[in-house]
Amino acid sequence: MSTTTPTARPAATTPPRATFFHPTVARLTYRALLGRRRALILFALPALLVIIAAAVRALSGADDATASGILGGFALATMVPLIGVIAGTGAIGPEIDDGSVVYLLSKPVSRQTIIFTKLLVAIGVTVVFSAVPVLIAGFVLNGNSQQIAVAYAVAAAVASLAYSALFLFFGTISRHAVVFGLVYALVWESFVGSLVPGARTLSIQQWALAVGQRVGAEGALSSSVQLPLAIGLLVAVTVVATWYAGHRLKSLTLAGEE
Amino acid sequence: MTTLTIDHVSRWFGNVVAVNDITMTIAPGVTGLLGPNGAGKSTLINMMGGFLAPSNGTVTLDGATIWRNESIYRHIGIVPEREAMYDFLTGREFVLANAELHGLGRTEAARALATVEMEYAQDRKISTYSKGMRQRVKMASALVHDPSVLLLDEPFNGMDPRQRMQLMELLRRMGDQGRTVLFSSHILEEVEQLASHIEVVVAGRHAASGDFRKIRRLMTDRPHRYLVRSDNDRALAGALIADPSTAGIEVDLAEGALRVQAVDFGRFTALLPRIARDHGIRLLTVSPSDESLESVFSYLVAA
Repeated sequence: MSTTTPTARPAATTPPRATFFHPTVARLTYRALLGRRRALILFALPALLVIIAAAVRALSGADDATASGILGGFALATMVPLIGVIAGTGAIGPEIDDGSVVYLLSKPVSRQTIIFTKLLVAIGVTVVFSAVPVLIAGFVLNGNSQQIAVAYAVAAAVASLAYSALFLFFGTISRHAVVFGLVYALVWESFVGSLVPGARTLSIQQWALAVGQRVGAEGALSSSVQLPLAIGLLVAVTVVATWYAGHRLKSLTLAGEE
Repeated sequence: MTTLTIDHVSRWFGNVVAVNDITMTIAPGVTGLLGPNGAGKSTLINMMGGFLAPSNGTVTLDGATIWRNESIYRHIGIVPEREAMYDFLTGREFVLANAELHGLGRTEAARALATVEMEYAQDRKISTYSKGMRQRVKMASALVHDPSVLLLDEPFNGMDPRQRMQLMELLRRMGDQGRTVLFSSHILEEVEQLASHIEVVVAGRHAASGDFRKIRRLMTDRPHRYLVRSDNDRALAGALIADPSTAGIEVDLAEGALRVQAVDFGRFTALLPRIARDHGIRLLTVSPSDESLESVFSYLVAA
């Protein structure tokens, strides 16, 4: 065994600079995300979407209404938020749960940098596993007629941003982040949203649809929210959730095992 | 940066007081934080490592506040008690990641792995490691940036005797080099073998502080109680009470045993077998009846 003596270092009061990306944090995050068992859902759901699209196309041919039904009803309403929950909460929740986050936090790396990086990874994973398959499924269903495939893919990508930020934030505040995420995505957005029209105003899915509506042909997509309000709310949720997640991480306490 | 100062620190969780108005200074060298399970050792270490805010008081490293100060980790290395690591990485990848987070690279990671003699298994996944191997890789990750302060929470838990000896030697050397090494343990012998300075914590309070001889004396000079069974209890009792090392003996008829209170621990432990042999008495049971750590520690608190 060999050791060396301690060397002089910068003063302990100079705070580390906050940056938007740390490659090591990113590597640890995506390897953890894609290495877990629940990552199987990341692969299974998009595969299911493309298989359904291919089957529908083969059985009933290209049809815009059917394409919209599948991309809006299944992909954007169920698949995108589910993948957002897995990627967003999975980017930080399990590390906090099992305590391994200590190895990240006991470093001279700004906590905001850690959150930004994890958010970028979560967004990347959500976009790859939701927006890209939506685009492929859209082309399979109706060959992008009325820009439906591109419009829904853009909506999915936009939703990925907000879902990732929101669910990453959930991951920093609760051990039950996945449950909260599922309740928001499936109960609030899908169920309550379908019964109470007002609830749709507070729905990432509707905000994303408002952006997609702009991309698609006239009347191809519809949203309950106007575009300016949708963009404002998307930005607000993403920024506030990210900032607060960083704030939570800065004050994260680890209770002992005793 | 080498001196940790804990100044009138308390920490409570709801109604439970985990650490109660503790003041201590941890200077360079090896310090053992000794106390029974649940005494507040981990709470203290978490506060020293910046993972818990004190409810009251301050925890500083050479005057710099530790809580919410990420730059402090340039000087502190932490070996947590919890097992969880990035199990999907190999030992080398894990230590390298820790090095990169410090702005360092492969050279430092390789050096840290060499320090803990883990090069032979560095390309295996951490999930395949034994407890001792995990502990050593955790050490490597804490040493990678050559910190002047090292905090270890129950580092010897689950290690076999050989691994324990190796780690002790490493920590001793770190202390000799002028680093501040603080480790917690609930086992007196562990602390005694390694630490030049001991801080004892019992039920959230600072019970004793000093070098191990002082603490040892406090622990061994207290009255010891033994439960002794033999094939001739009364003859044994008569012979024992004649010696000044024994302060009192009770014949416990219900138990069929003697309850002996010894005041001179060293003398009594030598005397008992000799008397038994000289009087032809066969000893059937000799068991300390108050040797639990808790009773030793509560004696210390009272002292």
